[in-house]
Amino acid sequence: MATDLDHTARLSSRREGETARFALGGEWVLADSAALEKDAAGMAAAARGAARAIVDLAQIVRLDTAGAWIIGRAMDELAHAGVSVSLEGARPEHVILLQETKFRPFEAPSRCRRLLVVDILADLGRSVVSAAQDAYSGVGFLGEFVVASGVSLMAAGRFRFTSLVYHMESFGFRSLPIIALINLLVGAIVAQQGIFQLRRFGAGAYAVDLIGILVLRELGVLLTSIMIAGRSGSAITAELGSMKMREEVDALRVMGLSPVEVLVTPRVLALVLSLPLLTFIADMSALFGGLLVCWVYEGISPAAYLSLLQAAIGRNTFIVGLIKAPFMALVIGMVAAMEGMATRGSAESLGRHVTASVVKAIFMVIVLDGFFAIFFAAIKY
Amino acid sequence: MTDLASQTIEKPAATRETVIRVRDLFVAFGQSLVMRGLDLDVYRGEVLGFVGGSGQGKSVLMRTILGLVDKRSGLIELFGRDRDALTSAERRRVERRWGVLFQNGALFSSLTVRQNIQMPMRETGHISARLMDELAMLKLELVGLPASAADKFPAELSGGMIKRAALARALALDPELVFLDEPTSGLDPIGAAEFDELIATLQHTLGLTVFMVTHDLDSLYSICDRIAALAEGKVIAAGPMEEMLACEHPWLKAYFHGVRGSRLSGALDARKTNMRGRE
Ligand SMILES: Nc1ncnc2c1ncn2[C@@H]1O[C@H](COP(=O)(O)OP(=O)(O)OP(=O)(O)O)[C@@H](O)[C@H]1O
Ligand SMILES: [Mg+2]
Repeated sequence: MATDLDHTARLSSRREGETARFALGGEWVLADSAALEKDAAGMAAAARGAARAIVDLAQIVRLDTAGAWIIGRAMDELAHAGVSVSLEGARPEHVILLQETKFRPFEAPSRCRRLLVVDILADLGRSVVSAAQDAYSGVGFLGEFVVASGVSLMAAGRFRFTSLVYHMESFGFRSLPIIALINLLVGAIVAQQGIFQLRRFGAGAYAVDLIGILVLRELGVLLTSIMIAGRSGSAITAELGSMKMREEVDALRVMGLSPVEVLVTPRVLALVLSLPLLTFIADMSALFGGLLVCWVYEGISPAAYLSLLQAAIGRNTFIVGLIKAPFMALVIGMVAAMEGMATRGSAESLGRHVTASVVKAIFMVIVLDGFFAIFFAAIKY
Repeated sequence: MTDLASQTIEKPAATRETVIRVRDLFVAFGQSLVMRGLDLDVYRGEVLGFVGGSGQGKSVLMRTILGLVDKRSGLIELFGRDRDALTSAERRRVERRWGVLFQNGALFSSLTVRQNIQMPMRETGHISARLMDELAMLKLELVGLPASAADKFPAELSGGMIKRAALARALALDPELVFLDEPTSGLDPIGAAEFDELIATLQHTLGLTVFMVTHDLDSLYSICDRIAALAEGKVIAAGPMEEMLACEHPWLKAYFHGVRGSRLSGALDARKTNMRGRE
């Protein structure tokens, strides 16, 4: 049996006049590659001036492709230095392995280096162009969606009712607890801040006006939309993206089905229907949060709170918030679906698109809210 | 040392070392039992072909041996050690000794082919960048991929190229034991034959042990030393091709003596005389 010593890789060189003799032994395997490479690199130097080199493999215990490659590379270097190389004592299987891994130069991977400034400018240009393309394809996608939902609503039987209900459950119903909770908290916080600031003017009771208007017009729908963009928008992008990755979308297409009709329409419609409902719940919980805080901090009884609220807000305050919800849903759904469909083959690409989906959707929601604010101010509603 | 050399080439039946030993294995998903008391041995230096109908649990068995699926009961020994008794450090060391080719390739989609192959090398920590690049290209060439594939991402490869790239990754560390799940499915016949040849060469030169799930009768005939057949959650027969052909089990009969099987077994004798002639 081989002793321990036999397992460590080693290389000894000897000169016999014109002949350099290298005796290799032990295990020439990948695990020792660093040492092996260093040993083998010394072979050309050791053989300088010799006419012939003999590589003796008789003592080699184990040889793998990495070891064989390193030996082959060293032999190639020797040959380049004008030394004629021959093998000796190699076992037949090692000879085959050495033949299979015979040294050949592989061109190094091209790593082109460019100027940082150029890179930054190029990136900037690229993102401007891609933003324009996003807007362009977004409009196209919206059109496709309108057509697809028109078709599926018109042609009875083509409407995917089960799918719609399923998605309404997962996007809408299952978001209820978290939406109710965060809005309750935000309503409470707004009330508390309002009371503390207004108390200084002795106008603590006006906090109710503040809560009513702020929550109903802006906060309820905005918080809900942002939450849904994070929760359901990302889910839509991830679902569609991974279906795209595994060619499921292509499979639909070759069956003559429109992916937009089958996959996008039910999801976006589910969002459009769910978000107003969620916004209503959000409004109610925020008002309730305000009620609790007003009661505790300012001693306004629930009955008083409600009558103050009635005086402070009109039906339009409530409608303004609610009317925005379906549009927010449409924006979230469109962005999410577009990002999902833009996913390419890799897991990394999926991750990037899910992130982009959430970020873009939240951004668009806030921009849209700004436009609504301007619009409602202009029509004095 | 001479006996060590001869050990890797010839395998006297009595003293063969078992690399994988599975005894009385039960695996279930929920209520459905997939493995029902399965026994299996894989010996060092052999190519074991593993056959069985679709959905019989070949992939599940492979994944159970690899530790990816939990077993309900039974014994799995790797390199003579009970897998349950291994500490996590020992298990990692065992995992370094094998390479795995999954049925669908399982290449890392965000890495290029070259990076995929270098991934296991990088993890061992002390291989020079030059050697890693050269070895990656060498492995690519061995599995029959063009150099231009090195910097492509998996999504840009064809199905057969994915198989080859995944094999190159499985062979990256020159493992002692490789698991191949349907390696030749999705390859053209020439590619499949080259693949068989590569496996045979590696087995011969590196003393590789191969556990190969396959439906490719050509591979079974040309490179497998032994064949094991899985049905009803058990290995119903295991042995060299001749024994399998003689086996009376109805599924095996249908498998090897069906239309495709008999066409090949006829060709087998012709090839054997042919091979002998070449040597
Ligand atoms: N994660 C899982 N959950 C539940 N059942 C599973 C799971 N993985 C596999 N199965 C079941 O186990 C059985 C065996 O599956 P397996 O993938 O091992 O088949 P196979 O023999 O490899 O088939 P093929 O030749 O088609 O690859 C199948 O019936 C499958 O449905
Ligand atoms: Mg399988």
